[in-house]
Amino acid sequence: MPYTGEPKKLISVVEKTRSERLSRKRKGEEFPLMSLEERAAILQKFHPDHKEEGRRELKVGASKGYSIAHEFADLLEARSRVAPDLVDLSNVDMETDVLIVGGGGAGTAAALLAEEHGAKVILATKLRHGDANTMMAEGGIQSATKREKDSICLHYLDTIGGGHFKNEPGLVANLVTEGPGVLSWLENLGVAFSKFPDGRLRSLHGGGTSRRRLHFCGDITGIEIMRTIRDEARNRQNINVLEFSPAVELVLNAHGHCAGALLYNLETEEYILVKAKATIITTGGCGRLHVQGYMTTNHYGATADGIVLGYRAGLQLKFLHTVQYHPTGIVFPEQVGGLLVTEKFRGAGANVLNINGEQFVNEKEPRDVESAAIIRECLERGKGVPTGTGKLGVWLDSPMIDILLGEGTVERDFPGKYIVYKRFGIDISREPMLVYPTLHYQNGGLEFNDRSETTVPGLFLAGEVSGGVHGENRLVGNSLLDVLVFARIAGKNAANYARDKARDGQMTLEHVRFYHKELEEAGIATDRIAPILLPDYTDPEVRKRQLTAH
Amino acid sequence: MKAEDNQETGLKEKTETGKLKLIPIYVMGKRYQVPHALTIMKALEYAGYRFIRGCGCRGGICGACATVYRKPGDYHLYVGLACQTVVEPDMYLTQIPFYPANRAHYDFAQLTVEPEEIFKLYPEVFRCIACNSCTKACPMDIPMMDVISAVKQGAIARAAGLSFSCIQCGLCVSRCMGELPQYHIAQLARRIHGSKLIPRAPHLTAAMTAAKDEKCQKMLGGLMKSDIRQLITSYNSREIEPEMAADDWTPANCDYL
Repeated sequence: MPYTGEPKKLISVVEKTRSERLSRKRKGEEFPLMSLEERAAILQKFHPDHKEEGRRELKVGASKGYSIAHEFADLLEARSRVAPDLVDLSNVDMETDVLIVGGGGAGTAAALLAEEHGAKVILATKLRHGDANTMMAEGGIQSATKREKDSICLHYLDTIGGGHFKNEPGLVANLVTEGPGVLSWLENLGVAFSKFPDGRLRSLHGGGTSRRRLHFCGDITGIEIMRTIRDEARNRQNINVLEFSPAVELVLNAHGHCAGALLYNLETEEYILVKAKATIITTGGCGRLHVQGYMTTNHYGATADGIVLGYRAGLQLKFLHTVQYHPTGIVFPEQVGGLLVTEKFRGAGANVLNINGEQFVNEKEPRDVESAAIIRECLERGKGVPTGTGKLGVWLDSPMIDILLGEGTVERDFPGKYIVYKRFGIDISREPMLVYPTLHYQNGGLEFNDRSETTVPGLFLAGEVSGGVHGENRLVGNSLLDVLVFARIAGKNAANYARDKARDGQMTLEHVRFYHKELEEAGIATDRIAPILLPDYTDPEVRKRQLTAH
Repeated sequence: MKAEDNQETGLKEKTETGKLKLIPIYVMGKRYQVPHALTIMKALEYAGYRFIRGCGCRGGICGACATVYRKPGDYHLYVGLACQTVVEPDMYLTQIPFYPANRAHYDFAQLTVEPEEIFKLYPEVFRCIACNSCTKACPMDIPMMDVISAVKQGAIARAAGLSFSCIQCGLCVSRCMGELPQYHIAQLARRIHGSKLIPRAPHLTAAMTAAKDEKCQKMLGGLMKSDIRQLITSYNSREIEPEMAADDWTPANCDYL
């Protein structure tokens, strides 16, 4: 769908203001950044997290009374997929040292490290190995690698400032300290970072960074990392990958330790009991819950399964009251609505503009602030750009990048997005993109510590399912880093735990029975079950006729 | 999520009669009426399919939803990703969610940059008859035959560069007369290139040492113990690297270096 009608006409407005904006950019004149007070005010008024009607207090579980989005509360106030009495816990189907639940970036990196520390690993994943948000990360990976101008302390400051100074300090310290080591590990495995001819890593700014420390592989950093570590995992004999086998419940033992999980074969509909000395949850995020009705950038499998599993096993929630809306999701063409347009477009020089071709926010604000400013421009100030398909957006002026950095830069540095638009007849090196905030990331999650441990012995976490690293708002490039830093810690610690500390004991699903009882006592009578595993996009008319399905 | 507001189909457009404009498509030979502007993936969901296989990132980057189709009166086989391709009237389609491909096992650390290493692991690379079917089948527009040709010539860097946007959907493998696993071969070439052929980042070792040295960890410890007012002061006084500065820019304020 190339631009037609009104949007097409409005592009000429953008073109009219472009040369003046370019000259300001070249002179280093920028739209002023907001003060912390201005940030707080705009978030309060326009960020979806702050809508009271969008959330409610949990009535059950370890974080009872905590107010989170209805979409999460619905999952946590739901019953298990399987009645505990139906499961024969004396009949173990598979046994292993380390069970990893979730086969994205975190799960795969954890598997590699656990295996290197001597563990036999089962990696159980809901879809294919590698089907995850890691695969979709475009922007890059932050780390202070250039010591003549950057340090882990500056990375620390940027990160906690972006998170509203609420992040867990110990977790952030790990994140920034282990960063350079993670990049070196990836380089060693063959990840092809974008480099200068002498090997020096190219790097860009992202929203909220004080130094250009966003390292990248074109605009497909995530897939390059994911396919490389997945390839390595396939070389390791002691990593057994079970695809299409999501975990639906953790299994504990008589000591209250984690003893493995109950898996569900999506294709044969069998339940499989896996006994493990240590378990790592790496199930990722929640975009497919469509919090507050937003479109999402997330993978099909991002249904917050791990939150449900961990919460039923007694873990607390941290920072789950905030989710991240990425400022620039595609809002036109409709067919690819919600897809991520990486922040790196702004880092490379593209302006964010309203219907009059004017800037209204600095392009380098942290994501929550940038999103709130776009929502304000469209909803309060009435300066959004109509898409012609009943929605509003703002312009992201990508053609500036070719003018600033040389003809062909957009196609070379953003090959992924270039081809997506090209399929719809739009050349983003010549025409700007229409964007609007889109549900992107689960800032919070289950509580864990700087050793990736939880309050349940034998249960570890890594990646988006965890909460605390990013406080109330994550910066660009800190997610790929989080995933790999804490997965490596979890993999190593889980392997060591399995070898030295794990205690065998009678397996039990008593915690699930207890949770069901708590639901009843709280007066929650529901036929909801969780985890939901897959979203349902069937047409409502068709669903009415599906009398026996799901 | 409420069924009523379907964030995925985003169906808003209606004709004057209040009905969507529907077109027929044939899914594995069976006819369905679906809205005309949807992608194949969303059209299948509209029709009542709930994917287990054949659906992944929904953003054209994971390779889960490879699809082949033909149009009426046209002998060509078309390829696309279901999440990126818009339906056309009377198209006949099927998804190919998985296609078997031989993958070699190797100890990556022990491999050298000699092309013979790849030849040994994938001798079938020489079965390529240059028919170009793989290139025609690639939904990412990768010249896959040229990638294989580069591997045969030992031009690993060229193979890596040409195949950089490969999403490993397997369509090339499904069309190959020489029975090659193109995407596995390209993956190996890219890893060798990334790890062993291009220069390593010379600044990483120093950065790793700096991150863990005593002075730096002490400074970090100080920040971790700071109260929020001190942190806000430090945060507000950060010097911001200019966007258009050269990579060798150095700050005036060296407080945290």
